Amino acid sequence: MSGCVPLLDEVLKQPTVGRPHFDSAESTWLAQLRQSERAVLAREGLPDRHNEAWKYTSLRALAQQRFAIGDREAGQRPVSETELHLPGIDGPRIVFVHGVFRADLSSLQEMPAGLEVTTLGQALSTGAASLRSWMQRPIADGAAAFERINLVMATDGVSLQVQAGFHIEAPVHLLYLGSETDTQLAWHARARIELGAGAELSLVEHYAGSSRSEQFATVVSDIRVHEDARLQLIQIQHAAEATTLVRHERFRLASRARVGMHTIEMGGVLVRHEIETLLEGEGAIFDTCGLFVPQGRQHVDIRLDIRHQARDTRSNATWRGIADQRGHGVFHGGIVIERGADGADARLHNKNLLLSDQAEIDTQPVLEIYADEVQAAHGATVGQINEQALFYLRSRGLPLAAARRLLMVAFCREILEGISPPSLREYLAERLTQHLPLSIKG
Amino acid sequence: MLQIDNLHVRVAGKDILKGLSLKVQPGEVHAVMGPNGAGKSTLANLLAGREGYEVTAGSVRFLGKNLLELQPEERAAAGVFLAFQYPVEIPGVNNTYFLRAALNAQRKHRGEQELDSVQFLKLVRQKLAILDLSPDLMNRSVNAGFSGGEKKRNEIFQMALLEPRLAILDETDSGLDIDALKQVAEGVNRQRSADRAFIVVTHYQRLLDYIVPDFVHVLAAGRIVESGTKELAHKLEEHGYAWVAERQLEGVDA
Repeated sequence: MSGCVPLLDEVLKQPTVGRPHFDSAESTWLAQLRQSERAVLAREGLPDRHNEAWKYTSLRALAQQRFAIGDREAGQRPVSETELHLPGIDGPRIVFVHGVFRADLSSLQEMPAGLEVTTLGQALSTGAASLRSWMQRPIADGAAAFERINLVMATDGVSLQVQAGFHIEAPVHLLYLGSETDTQLAWHARARIELGAGAELSLVEHYAGSSRSEQFATVVSDIRVHEDARLQLIQIQHAAEATTLVRHERFRLASRARVGMHTIEMGGVLVRHEIETLLEGEGAIFDTCGLFVPQGRQHVDIRLDIRHQARDTRSNATWRGIADQRGHGVFHGGIVIERGADGADARLHNKNLLLSDQAEIDTQPVLEIYADEVQAAHGATVGQINEQALFYLRSRGLPLAAARRLLMVAFCREILEGISPPSLREYLAERLTQHLPLSIKG
Repeated sequence: MLQIDNLHVRVAGKDILKGLSLKVQPGEVHAVMGPNGAGKSTLANLLAGREGYEVTAGSVRFLGKNLLELQPEERAAAGVFLAFQYPVEIPGVNNTYFLRAALNAQRKHRGEQELDSVQFLKLVRQKLAILDLSPDLMNRSVNAGFSGGEKKRNEIFQMALLEPRLAILDETDSGLDIDALKQVAEGVNRQRSADRAFIVVTHYQRLLDYIVPDFVHVLAAGRIVESGTKELAHKLEEHGYAWVAERQLEGVDA
């Protein structure tokens, strides 16, 4: 397939002129690593729909597109002040525009004790020893073309480290912005987040943008949560409407580590979000809940891959989807309880609503158990809006559009409920109401 | 106020109402009784605008309008209220939010000033007291986890709040014990007024001991076959619906 993949043409080129950061201090081992990944990409190309992990998401149209690599003007593009803020989020702010760190837009003056923020750009330009931890991570065979593209192309990203025992009170805001460009642009970023033993962090990962130009972005994040540490993660994906966004997150949880995440997927035209979680230590707990709302021609593909590797680990996944018009949602909830992970408790629920005949949601819970004395529950449904409830609301005087919107918001409420601070939750409920499928607007 | 003429209604290919006529004036309470399958609930739901009912003949006029042309929400704004036989549980929709949105949507439709939250809550407290309902009901989701009695009382509370011109009670007595029945009936009776009419749909005469109707109609096989005063309800109770069927047959023979 690689022979006819315009998308990969730029990726497969040798790094030469015109790529900021790339060549200045790129270590030999990194150059070699990137070269070998390029070779794999050249050989394998992009996955097609025969690949089980891409069964419901076609990359054919994307493969035919060409994107300029990197935005030379990313460091200067104007960003309005309002784009930088979220209600109730007042901790340090780290801003990237087209994948390039913007110190001028970030807010890192008052750093809480125990929190260290660096960027991949810095590490690359100084050849820092930490580069290995940014770049050397195993990539699975077959389905991981975008992780490879990211590894080959990423020039910037953030490292957030919380030292052992430190509790970072104010939520940190990590913002990836897309801005208007003349050309079709690709950008790639990597993030490393590490919480030392007993540390606590609340993080808001936020994708936003209002450009009409087509963009292709990948973000790969490694998140390590050490013993007894706690991470609260809120992901707000509100990328511009013509954006193709592919994200891969890998969580590693040590003993008694705890991650609670809320994910709201609203933006983008083609969105793939892979959440890979390794529950490596005894008693680790991973909670994820999320919402995806494809409409128009949006395609949103959520892929959970949760592996219980140690005893008494717990996972709880609650995701909901609403598709309208020609929107297409895909939810793959994969849970593996590995040999030796006795006493594990895994729960996964995915409920979906279809609002039009042309909308589609494919949901696929997959549970594999190789351990003893585990508890597991999973379920997935796809249904229509409850006509009886709709009539009940209308019979009291609510217009059709308002009644449908009320039922939609109710359907989403369970996902929003755990989000704090409350001002952020209200803001998200409001954004969601505005975003909710066009056909229910009055 | 309400005039139903020669109404024929088909549901899922089956004729349910076959020439029903009924006239209701402001201030009147009409009881519609009848055996199971007679078309009582069809009549109630049709008037409120539920989908899936095909009117094949006849007309329904309400306060000078063709009711059948209106959407359910337009009927509500015009003053039609249906107390459901089975109130729908709607988890995640807050009762207060819903009722305020509903009331304000109706007021807006009628060109009246919308109520702000202070005005609304004042009204709510006043109406809750009438029905002896706990205020914390307002913070819960619509009907979610309510007992059978709470659901029915909540219907009557909503009626009190929305102040319709025509209230249709669809088997409001079903599933209620005698105490709950009395409470519901009292809630209804307090709302009787010169400009408000009621259609009380019921299978049993029992409810009519507490909500005393001005007229009683017997619905059988899709038509009103007998009309009278409250005495008719007692006769029905005594003789059963078979008695009506017999009288019908006699009528046909004669």
